[in-house]
Formats: sequence, structure tokens, C-alpha cells
Amino acid sequence: MNIHEYQAKEVFARYGIPVPPGRVAKSPSEAMRIASELGGPVVVKAQVHVGGRGKAGGIKFGSTPSETEKVASQVLGMKIKGLTVEKVLVTTSIDVATESYLGIVVDRRAKRPVFMASPAGGVDIEEVARTSPEKIFKMHIDPCTGLLPYQSRFLASKLDGDPKLRSQIASISHKLWRVFWEMDCSLAEINPLVKTKDGQIIALDAKINLDDNGLDRHPELAAMREGESENDRMAREMGLSYVKLEGSVGCCVNGAGLAMATMDLIKHHGGEPANFLDIGGSSSPEKVLTAMRIICSDPGVRAVFFNIFGGITRCDDVATGIVTALKEIEVKVPIVIRLTGTNEQRAREILGKAGLAATTSMDEGVRQVLRMAQEGVS
Amino acid sequence: MSILVDEKTRVIVQGITGRDGSFHAKTMIDYGTKVVAGATPGKGGTECVGVPVFDSVLEAREATGANASIAYVPATFAADAVHEAFDAGIELVVCITEGIPTSEVLKIYGKMKALGVRMIGPNCPGVISPGKCKVGIMPARIHTPGNVGVVSRSGTLTYEVVNQLTSAGLGQSTCIGIGGDPIIGTNFIDALTLFEADPETKAVVLIGEIGGTDEEEAAEFIKAKIRKPVVGFVAGQTAPPGKRMGHAGAIVSGGTGTAKEKIEAFKKAGIAVADIPSQISQLVSGFVKPA
Repeated sequence: MNIHEYQAKEVFARYGIPVPPGRVAKSPSEAMRIASELGGPVVVKAQVHVGGRGKAGGIKFGSTPSETEKVASQVLGMKIKGLTVEKVLVTTSIDVATESYLGIVVDRRAKRPVFMASPAGGVDIEEVARTSPEKIFKMHIDPCTGLLPYQSRFLASKLDGDPKLRSQIASISHKLWRVFWEMDCSLAEINPLVKTKDGQIIALDAKINLDDNGLDRHPELAAMREGESENDRMAREMGLSYVKLEGSVGCCVNGAGLAMATMDLIKHHGGEPANFLDIGGSSSPEKVLTAMRIICSDPGVRAVFFNIFGGITRCDDVATGIVTALKEIEVKVPIVIRLTGTNEQRAREILGKAGLAATTSMDEGVRQVLRMAQEGVS
Repeated sequence: MSILVDEKTRVIVQGITGRDGSFHAKTMIDYGTKVVAGATPGKGGTECVGVPVFDSVLEAREATGANASIAYVPATFAADAVHEAFDAGIELVVCITEGIPTSEVLKIYGKMKALGVRMIGPNCPGVISPGKCKVGIMPARIHTPGNVGVVSRSGTLTYEVVNQLTSAGLGQSTCIGIGGDPIIGTNFIDALTLFEADPETKAVVLIGEIGGTDEEEAAEFIKAKIRKPVVGFVAGQTAPPGKRMGHAGAIVSGGTGTAKEKIEAFKKAGIAVADIPSQISQLVSGFVKPA
């Protein structure tokens, strides 16, 4: 789960990482009020879950409260990479002397968190990694010890020559590590970390991505979820993994690997999947019903393909779910079912009573559903 | 032979008194696995599916001489269960549980390496050496003994492939689901090393998916160190970047971890790559004679 900059700055502030004063606004008038409370020039920043906000015109300067109202009205409601801006962060404008970078991610190859520091801040760090990797300094962190003092001293030494500022940066590094580790982040990043013209070190931006598996133990962070679509919410609450795509063949599969392979096979045979959907291991009929609701609400779907290899998942549960779904919701598109494995025979009986048949081969199922998706009739 | 588990494996089921734990303990026993004990805190002295239950893994191991465990424990308690097993002297822990925070898995990984022991998973179906021992949740009947080693990040996709292998007369030495999380205890390279040393294994099927660089690392390793033929498949060619595809580890981030890169790495290493799952058994039959 990703949270917005303003939320990440709340977390940073709690840990004592210096951030510029500011508050979030949903309307231009609210932005104006915040600007006058803050006093002096402000920056209005779009709160959306994509990078490149500045280039897209989502970050604007307001020298007075009335100018802030005007620029906020331009930013609020604008679309950045397909996402509508519903909130802006109004924050005190800072006189920047230099910009640098601090960030922590899990290095999957090293199987340790890696702390990265770079004097090349304010630009996309992946771009820096491509064009001038020598400007990125890394320290892998032992999960048993956490970030050690020598490591934060090393990282700080690469960002500033002034011993006083170095110790400020080392202290911020340590706090950033605590945010990352204690809050179960998959990424915690300050880009840019700036030195102001009066010699202060401040986190001008803040980015936190959270490990979904850690959310249960951080209810205050889980409550920060914003901008979720109705289908995404339904899927999450039912324990389904759902990703909407742009094709015409709706997919309902048990297991993530098989679900991906099903999408790939549809593409291989010349079709386009409408979604990724994994109904998970022990899939009850209710899960299947919810999955059908989600898939059938997508107007692009012209046929639905069930691909079930029963292990823990019982084929009869899935069959019951399909039959229930056909009764409870209006399904206007044809359904092709492939199922095999646990309780397969029982499933075929349940489907048979409802006038449905199922194939045992994944390839055959995909060919059938593609024929139907092209015809588009039941 | 086979790898990781066989007739000599003596298994403790952690969380045996739970719904999933007791169900799968029974299927494992039915398959012939030597399930020697269960461990559930507070249930010591009782019996479950015909197996004595202990309060702790240490007591269970001391009483039964178990050398492996499998954890059917909810995500909140699963990391503790794995630490407990390692601290009790268990050498192989299979962790089925999905949803353990990555920070907890990183700590387990550190301990695992320090002690020189092994975890399979988390978020995996387990491991089976057909005809000998099953330590996992995979449906037993699709497997048959033979000479193909299977290693995969997926669960049901592995069943799909194993089912096809069996139908084509290609039995398996051992099948390992290594798990769909970003950090896992046993990776492709570990499994390949074991398969290479196993005289019974004549070819290896490697099923990867998007996210991370495990497949690329495996490709380099195969080119340098593995003499046995390897057939590869990578799921997620149609997955959009930045989206998590069910598995916590299945995500293309920052442009790395794409199926395309992984397939190219496989091909460069001389691995036979299947375009679709049903080609896997055909490719394997080029290396191993079907029964």
C-alpha cells in the first residue's frame, strides 16, 4: 500500500525528521486559509500516487494567500497520469541551497534492507542509478542490529562536508531507518533532503510504501488508505487479489502463478485478459460470488474464464459459487469453466444440474473462451 | 534418492490442532509421511489425528527425534513458530503461511544462515518426494515417482505442470514450491544445487514468475554450474508494471523483474524455455524418457 506525501510527512514528523510546516487541503479556499496561517510564500503540491508530479504541473508556487487559492484551483481536479488530484499539500516554501537523497528499500538479492544516499537529489533515483551509479552510496543493514552508527556516519559523509550538518544528516538517517523498520515499510525515501540557505537540513519530500503484510500490526497506517476503487475495496475485503487490465476476457483463477499463466495463455492465443484475479487458497462460494460481481461490473468484459486447479481449493465450492452468482447477479456474458482436482466430480454434478459444463484442459478452456469473447453472445 | 525429504524424514506439525493443520497432517500421514508429533502451545499431552501433541517444538523433538517441521500457523504467529523450530534444533522448516511481514522474514533468514539450517517458504505449498514423503499441502495424487526435479515460486501452477508431467509418463524425484514472497528461505539456486547432486534427478523444471532477480541469478548459476538439462517457464508476461500480482513478491518495480528479462536470461543460459505451460512436458521428454 502506498500513502501520500502529506501522510508520510506526518509519520516523519512523529519520528522527529524535520519537515516544512504544512497541511492538506481539499478545496482552493482551504488552501488559501492554510497559506495565510503559514504566512509567507507556499508551495501547493498535488497528492497523487504517481511520480513526476512536478513535470506534470502538479507542483505550483503561491506567493500570497490569494495566489495560493488560484494555483490550488488549477491543481485540484487536474489529471496526472490518469489519476485525479483530490488533495493538495500546502507547505511553506523553502530557500534551497543543495539537494540530496536518502532512501531505504529491501534488497531482494542481498536479502537485507539497503540504505542509499546520494548527493544527486531532487531527481528520480532510478535515473541516477542508470546514468551515474557512482553517485549512489549504499549500506546493507543487518536486520539483527539495525542501522549502526558508523553506517549513518558513512552515509552522511557522502552528502555534506560540514561536520555539524553531517551529524544532523546522520541523525535523520537513523530516524528514517526507524520509520522503515518499525512501520514495516517496503520503501522509505527523502528526495530531496535539502540544505536550506540558512544551514538547516529538511526533508522537502517524503515517500513511504508499506508492506501489505505488515498492515495488520499498524492500524493507524492501514487507516491512511485513500483513492481505492470500489472493486479494489470489495476484492481486498473478501481476500481476493484483483488487478484491472484493459482486455475483454475476464479471469477467475485459484493461485497467483496459475492466474498469471492464464492471462499469458490468453494473450498467447491472440486475446487480451480483462483482469488478474486470484481467489486464493481456501475459496468459499462467497469469494467466487464476489469475484463474479467484480469481473462482471467491468464493461469491457465479453466472456469470463474460470481456471481452477483444486488443491486446498475445492472444485465443488467454486461450482456452487458460480451457480449462485448466475442466480444472484445478471451475467450478460458467456462463461467458460475449466476445473480439475479436489472434488472435481461433485463440482461437475453441481454445474450439470445448472446446465453448465466444464473442460479439464487449460488450453482448451482458453480456446473456447476466446471464441466466445469474439462472438460476445451467450 | 530425492532431495530435502524422503523416507527418513521425521516431521513435527506446528499448529496441528488447527483446522488446516489437522487436515493436512492427516493427508501427509495418509501419503506415508512420518508425522511423529504435533506442537501447539497449551495442547501438550493431547493427541490429534493419531499423533501426540506437545506444548513446544523442543519437547516434541526431544521426545520423537524429529528433524523437520511444517508450520500451519496464522501469519501473526508464524515467524515465532519458525524461530522456535530453529532454536529447537530442527534442520528443515517448511512454512506454508502467507502474509508474514517482510521484516520478520528478513530476521528469520539471518538466523537460518547463522545456524546453517533451512526454511522452505514462506507462502509456499511445501515439498514432496513422490512415493516417499510429502511435507506440504499439494494434492498427492497428481504426483508420481520418477526423475524430474521441479522447483517453482507458485502453488497451483506447479500442480498444473506436475499433472501434465505425470500424464506424459514423466515422474518426479522431488517437487519444491519455494514460495511467492519477496524474501524466501530456499531459492532456485539452492534447489538446483541439490538436484544437481541427486543421482535420481535427470532433468529440472524451473517455474519462475515476475518480480525480483532470482530467475536471472539462477540462469547465471545454471550456465556456470549445472550439467543437467533445465526446462524453464516464467509466468506474468502480461502483468502490468507496478502492480502486485497476488504474490507479495510478484511485482515489476523500477523496470526490473519483468518476464521478458527473465526469459531472455534463461535463453542466454541455454535453458529450454516453454512459451506456455503445456509445452513443458514436451520439452522435458526431450531429456528424460517417459515411462
